[in-house]
Amino acid sequence: MSSAILTVGVEKNFGDTNALKAIDLEVKSGELFGLIGPDGAGKTTLIRILATLLLPDSGTAEVLGKEVVQDYQLLRKKIGYMPGKFSLYKDLSVEENLSLFAAIHNTTIEQNYHLIKDIYAQIEPFKKRKAGALSGGMKQKLALSCAMIHEPEILFLDEPTTGVDAVSRNEFWDMLKKLKGRGITILVSTPYMDEAELCDRVALMQKGEILAVDTPQQVVANFGKELFAVKSKNKFGLIKDLEAYEYTNTVHAFGSYLHYTDNRSSIKKDDIVKYLREKGHEEVEIKSILPEIEDCFMALMEDNE
Amino acid sequence: MSETIIYTENLTKQYGAFKAVDNISFSVAKGEIFGFLGANGAGKTTAMKMLTGLLTPTSGKATVAGFNVFKQAEKIKRNIGYMSQKFSLYEDLTVVENIRFYAGIYGLTNHQIKVKTSELIDKLHLEAVKNTLIGSLPLGWKQKLAFSVAILHDPKIVFLDEPTGGVDPITRRQFWNLIYEAASSGITVFVTTHYMDEAEYCDRISMMVDGKIAALDTPELLKKQFETDSMHDVFVKLARP
Repeated sequence: MSSAILTVGVEKNFGDTNALKAIDLEVKSGELFGLIGPDGAGKTTLIRILATLLLPDSGTAEVLGKEVVQDYQLLRKKIGYMPGKFSLYKDLSVEENLSLFAAIHNTTIEQNYHLIKDIYAQIEPFKKRKAGALSGGMKQKLALSCAMIHEPEILFLDEPTTGVDAVSRNEFWDMLKKLKGRGITILVSTPYMDEAELCDRVALMQKGEILAVDTPQQVVANFGKELFAVKSKNKFGLIKDLEAYEYTNTVHAFGSYLHYTDNRSSIKKDDIVKYLREKGHEEVEIKSILPEIEDCFMALMEDNE
Repeated sequence: MSETIIYTENLTKQYGAFKAVDNISFSVAKGEIFGFLGANGAGKTTAMKMLTGLLTPTSGKATVAGFNVFKQAEKIKRNIGYMSQKFSLYEDLTVVENIRFYAGIYGLTNHQIKVKTSELIDKLHLEAVKNTLIGSLPLGWKQKLAFSVAILHDPKIVFLDEPTGGVDPITRRQFWNLIYEAASSGITVFVTTHYMDEAEYCDRISMMVDGKIAALDTPELLKKQFETDSMHDVFVKLARP
């Protein structure tokens, strides 16, 4: 399969801040690829470079076989971009915004309606409403429609689900899966670790670096340590007591459980339970579990520091 | 029964025919970590604005930290803490200047400011960067400092509006340790979040749907009630019935 994105040693500095440190990345044609990481990881900077909106300080980046600096004019016809911040005209209506984007790309809503039908149909009843007066979820659908109207070969979506509730996030990912089904390459960034599982492959990013690139399944398989979920009646006390335990490697809160790794090669659950009972914990529960992406991300962060 | 810090009865905010907040009634006890959840547009922000004295309700009753939201909004503002992802600290002031500034606003004496500043710098390990501009610090540090500044004046309650949005997973957990610590010292914590694992860190959760409180209970009992072991499923079942 050919590469939709290929970067070699891409760097970007803003003053003293190394926003991107020598990024090598390949995204294959047709992939739904996720850039996963917190604020400050460099996700937006990388996307803006790939979308021809920002010049790298060094390194090379190709999108669809074209160089992002030299061939930017050509590329802009072939890429769709949805910025992290809502950037459409708030005082134009839904329909006017979409018409404007279509016109800029020498097309019309009618001509390419089939491309955006699934998404746009949901907000079409409100097409006369000003974009500024839409709800968050509707703005997102309009922005995606505008990014799609010129039939791009690749979509760059910068944190489309940030600040969006869990239900609307699910709906948005369903839309992405449908788009992927049509063969379009999608590069999407998100701070929500659980969304990694919805991508074909992911790059886990932190402070301008890529910590790992792989399928979500393989990221989890590479965790390489036994992981336990531990619970007791007094959760806050449990964190403190487990952190003080002589064999503890890591302790992280995960919902109603703590995730625990040990620095011994063979771990006896009973020993841990015994230790916690001695510390006065009641209703102690411990079970072996498979890691989530977030466990892996934290392990990679800790290795990196 | 411990002291009640938030009390609302049929609290409502209406814009024309639209009820953004529709007859909500609940109370929050001293030292409780109370999660305030809901889909976008469910009315969380409007409810929070009323509880923090920024918006006068249309009808109903509510007291916060013992003050009436209709008549004593100014007193509420002075007696609560507040932080959000968007509004926290001044980027072009240093760590120490930010602490001094907020402490001054909350009316702390010079002596108190001195003591609190060194306590905070110590606790958050900020000695090396205390004279650094906030703008150049990592987001996670800023948010931990912003939280500590929001409770500098020992308020009875602190409101946190998506305090951990975009923060890395390790710092996010450190942030919650600060929340636990504050709560165990008796400060009530009222928090919104889109991270469902964080919902489980709360003592109780309310879930708003279309302006109403559709469910309110401990995470354990909510999961039991909706026959699932994940808060995410509870949320989905409530928000899209």
